[in-house]
Amino acid sequence: MGRVSVINVSRTFTKKEDESETEALKKVSFDVEDGEFVCLLGPSGCGKTTLLRIIAGLETLTSGEITLNGIPITGPDPKRGMVFQQYSLFPWRTVMDNITFGLEMQGIKKVEARIQVEKYIELVGLEQFKNSYPFELSGGMQQRAAIARALANEPEVLLMDEPFGALDAQTRNILQDELLKIWEQKHVTFLFVTHSVDEAVFLSDRVVAMTSRPGRVKEIVDIDLPRPRRRTGPEANRLRDNILKLLEEERLKR
Amino acid sequence: MKSGFIKIIKENSIEALSLIIVIMIWQLVADRIVHNSFLLPSFYDVITSFFALVKNGLVFMDIFISLLHFLFGITAALITGIPLGISMGWFKKVNRAVDPIIEILRPIPPLAWIPFAIVWFGLTHQAAGFVVFVGMVFPIVINTYTGFKNVPKVNVEAAKVLGCTQNIKLIRFIAIPSAMPSIAAGIRIAMGVGWMCLVAAEMFGASERGLGYQLWFNYYLHRMNFVVVYMLLLGFLGLFIDRFFRYYVDAKLLKWTAGTVV
Repeated sequence: MGRVSVINVSRTFTKKEDESETEALKKVSFDVEDGEFVCLLGPSGCGKTTLLRIIAGLETLTSGEITLNGIPITGPDPKRGMVFQQYSLFPWRTVMDNITFGLEMQGIKKVEARIQVEKYIELVGLEQFKNSYPFELSGGMQQRAAIARALANEPEVLLMDEPFGALDAQTRNILQDELLKIWEQKHVTFLFVTHSVDEAVFLSDRVVAMTSRPGRVKEIVDIDLPRPRRRTGPEANRLRDNILKLLEEERLKR
Repeated sequence: MKSGFIKIIKENSIEALSLIIVIMIWQLVADRIVHNSFLLPSFYDVITSFFALVKNGLVFMDIFISLLHFLFGITAALITGIPLGISMGWFKKVNRAVDPIIEILRPIPPLAWIPFAIVWFGLTHQAAGFVVFVGMVFPIVINTYTGFKNVPKVNVEAAKVLGCTQNIKLIRFIAIPSAMPSIAAGIRIAMGVGWMCLVAAEMFGASERGLGYQLWFNYYLHRMNFVVVYMLLLGFLGLFIDRFFRYYVDAKLLKWTAGTVV
């Protein structure tokens, strides 16, 4: 079960030097159903990453509440896995040992954990590289390993902060396909931050489009396209057009 | 086996040749130009003195004593320096409390502690060890601290989301491995400083034995050929310690940094 409710969440950052305030998020509310794939989309600086970090428990909120299955979120928890935009693998651990990290933290022995994560290594196609160190991997492979590392904890929600942002276009497409396969196989709720309209339309069930700063929910767009989807189908293009118009309005407002 | 030996010589021919030429020049200058084994002992003098020392066995005792002093110093420096650097790097308040003290003590040259080393410990191994400790502890503390300051934030956050939230666990599983290259570099710098302090401490009377002591003792006797033997011994031992450490650390602990520019 992974039902996330974001209720009236606001976040204001205060600069220490001159006490000046920046409003990053203002009264954001939406629900994510169990097993749903939702993309957060918005102009840069709209606070979508901040929101994701609050859900992860890495950041605090000024007012409002976020619950997972009705229980308020207070700090980081393995139930909410996260994949970061930057490469976040532990460089001193091999791919295998990166993926076992979460299980080791739960107190499972390394030998035991290694057997358990075998299926996640297979899932992301890194069998050949399981004994390699991160510096030996390409960017795409590193993000694959990071996804496997998050999945190995069997989270209820997987939070992804522009995980493919630093990858080239082709690798990006491949990883999007693989991510959807994983989503179909695993019963996990996906919350995915992106600034790419194409990515959002291809991946998600719903797109939460946000306004520019302070970030509010501008519109929630249902992507009711049958899967597997075609990237360039006429329906996809129409939706893409709609969302792009929404974002453009925000740009003009600034 | 034999072909392997020839191969090594072939591969290092330039290095070997350069070494041989320097030794030849040394021998020639000492033997034909200076003509004074007090001002410049020849290579041959030094070699025969060295074998004389090996024969009566004295040299091994002094090597052992010097290494013992060094061991005292490095052990004390590691035991205090690493935990101190860790707590300064992880807890801001500890850093604020300890930093001023360190900044005042650090510029004092380690050798200036020799009088107190003797007053506190007498002419014991601990006295020489203490001077080595003073020389080693600051580079270790500062490099450990720097390593901890440079732990990537994203690694700490990734660990937190994966269920590693306690300070003690974050330090053990994230910060220490991440700071390891910096800590190792600190230890290497410290070993260089410590080795110098060791010799000086032994020379200036913080010990009645050891290579530094013997070097000074032979100088009093005007046996400069023996002085050169001890000089070279100190150089080679320092080199071996550094090489051994580097080999061990790079091979075992820092495998994952291969390919990065350090």
